Amino acid sequence: MSKDALKGPLPVILALPVLALLQVTLQDHDFLIYLTSLVGVNVILAVSLNIVNGMTGQFSIGHAGFMAVGAYSGGKLSLEMKDYALSFLPHVVSDQISFMLAILVGGAAAALCGFIVGLPSLRLKGDYLAIVTLGFGEIIRVIVQNTEAFGRALGLSGIPQSSSLAMILFWVFLTLLVAKRIADSSHGRSLWAIREDEIAAEAMGVNTTGYKVRAFVISAFFAGVAGVLFAHFVPIINPGSFTFVKSMEVVVMIVAGGLGSTTGSVVAAVFLTLLPEGLRSAFSRLDDPSLAQKVDQIRMPIYGLLLVAIMLLRPQGIFGTHEIWDRWKKKPKGAT
Amino acid sequence: MADFIQHLINGLAAGTIYALVALGYTMVYGVLKLINFAHGDVMMVGVYIAYATAKQLGRGAQSSLLGVMLIFLVAMGGCALIGFLIERFAYRPLREKPRLTALITAIGISFALSYGFQLDIGFLPGAAPRAFPEIIRPTEWLVIGDRDVVLWNWQVISVLIAVGLMVSLQYLVFKTRFGRAMRAVSYDHRTAALMGIPVDRIIALTFMLGSALAAGAGILYAIKDTAVQPLMGLYVGLKAFVAAVIGGIGHVPGAVVGGLLLGLVEEFVVGYTASTWRDAVAFGFLIIVLLVRPEGLFGRITAEKV
Repeated sequence: MSKDALKGPLPVILALPVLALLQVTLQDHDFLIYLTSLVGVNVILAVSLNIVNGMTGQFSIGHAGFMAVGAYSGGKLSLEMKDYALSFLPHVVSDQISFMLAILVGGAAAALCGFIVGLPSLRLKGDYLAIVTLGFGEIIRVIVQNTEAFGRALGLSGIPQSSSLAMILFWVFLTLLVAKRIADSSHGRSLWAIREDEIAAEAMGVNTTGYKVRAFVISAFFAGVAGVLFAHFVPIINPGSFTFVKSMEVVVMIVAGGLGSTTGSVVAAVFLTLLPEGLRSAFSRLDDPSLAQKVDQIRMPIYGLLLVAIMLLRPQGIFGTHEIWDRWKKKPKGAT
Repeated sequence: MADFIQHLINGLAAGTIYALVALGYTMVYGVLKLINFAHGDVMMVGVYIAYATAKQLGRGAQSSLLGVMLIFLVAMGGCALIGFLIERFAYRPLREKPRLTALITAIGISFALSYGFQLDIGFLPGAAPRAFPEIIRPTEWLVIGDRDVVLWNWQVISVLIAVGLMVSLQYLVFKTRFGRAMRAVSYDHRTAALMGIPVDRIIALTFMLGSALAAGAGILYAIKDTAVQPLMGLYVGLKAFVAAVIGGIGHVPGAVVGGLLLGLVEEFVVGYTASTWRDAVAFGFLIIVLLVRPEGLFGRITAEKV
């Protein structure tokens, strides 16, 4: 086998034992598992949104809509398949296979929605796209609220809790890999060109609509996956989990991390997930439990002010467009 | 038939309010080429100012003609001030930056206002909706049949106030020196500056004007809804934005037509299906308009020059 043939699957092969090890060590710490799962889902959301908002420069603020599509379609599928098992396999394996199926279906459903929304609206410029994506997110929420099969405002409960840390981290890893490979490829170069100057990119022969729609579909797919994963470790999903607030949370993450930087998205997603959770559990140990509730309330206005402050003081975010792996990349000849 | 007329009345009454808010969006977009996401939230703040003023005036004075005028004036003035502050400290420093920066800032302000007002710390009101005082006592002016069609006094009054504000705005934009300067800035702000127009001041004034209109519209909306709550700005604002886009953003009469059209469509869809669909109507309408005619009903396609 040549060296290049290994390059694709190699990171995956290396990652699997690490994931298995993590799974075994954290087995008995429920809260840690929950926290890590939440961080994982948010990292997937942030990194996938960064493909559209950061790399392509199209401002989507309806990411929670795609997450909802994934969560509901995947969750519904799991509910329906709950009683079926592949009898020739051990119980756990059969569960994980149907979980994987749910993830793929959820991701595909979200990707399809991404295509339907993206195709017409990506011909529009910046601000319009922002509003259309926002509108899409709201429409999804209203549709779910009006559909009996999705439990209306009550949501879906009883989805099998088949999510595992290894599965979530595996998808985090896959998202990161895809994001990095896109950024490094000629496809990614086209996306960067669109981000920097759409007209110039078009003049250079970049099929801007095509690239934008593809970026949108990929991003929606991973948002859907994040939704399915989310649906399988929280006890209940309802339309309230996928509002504009959730979309904004993800937007704040990628803006703070630096639009266009996958590293930044990851760092900001981890930080902004752990900070409120950490504060909440710290405050709940104090005598005054009302402080813990305040954390949730005060988070939103702070996110808003944070966006304004970042734009005024450091519009490129923490990392700008830099990546941590730029450091160990071989410099081309002649570069300084 | 009676149903139809009733929906027509309700739709027109709601539409004028959307139109008023949409005017603010369209004017700011005209001079800055920026969608002021926070516009709806400024409106919400205006409604809270009106609420506080009405409470100060007390039950008797708040529904007298003088009291109502005072409430409108205080709220509109307060909102003009807020609009000025937002423009001065959040948008002006970013004016020469990429448009995305200003858009993110606008989203940030909108978020900070609508969720900041949900806290119950200090003077902030908290998330629970509050009953808006009856500054115009609702009476039925026209009842046809066995209450088949009811025309309320506030519907007529709010349409009159809205039309009055729109006509004066039209006069301001097309007949006065300030209006001419505003249109010049909207056309090309660099050349306008070279011609001696104080661009910064014109933009600030436009912001204040739009915010004041929003406050007026917000009070009318609160009278219709009989309630005030922190998230009202987000939804009314978004719908008004949709109205502005339908009419062709940047086009003043277009915003009015768009607002009326949206009010009617929403009322008829909700009236003949279920009220839970209300929030989806506006966005569905928006997406259809953007697909069929992205420049809006009255907008013109402008070729982008490099």
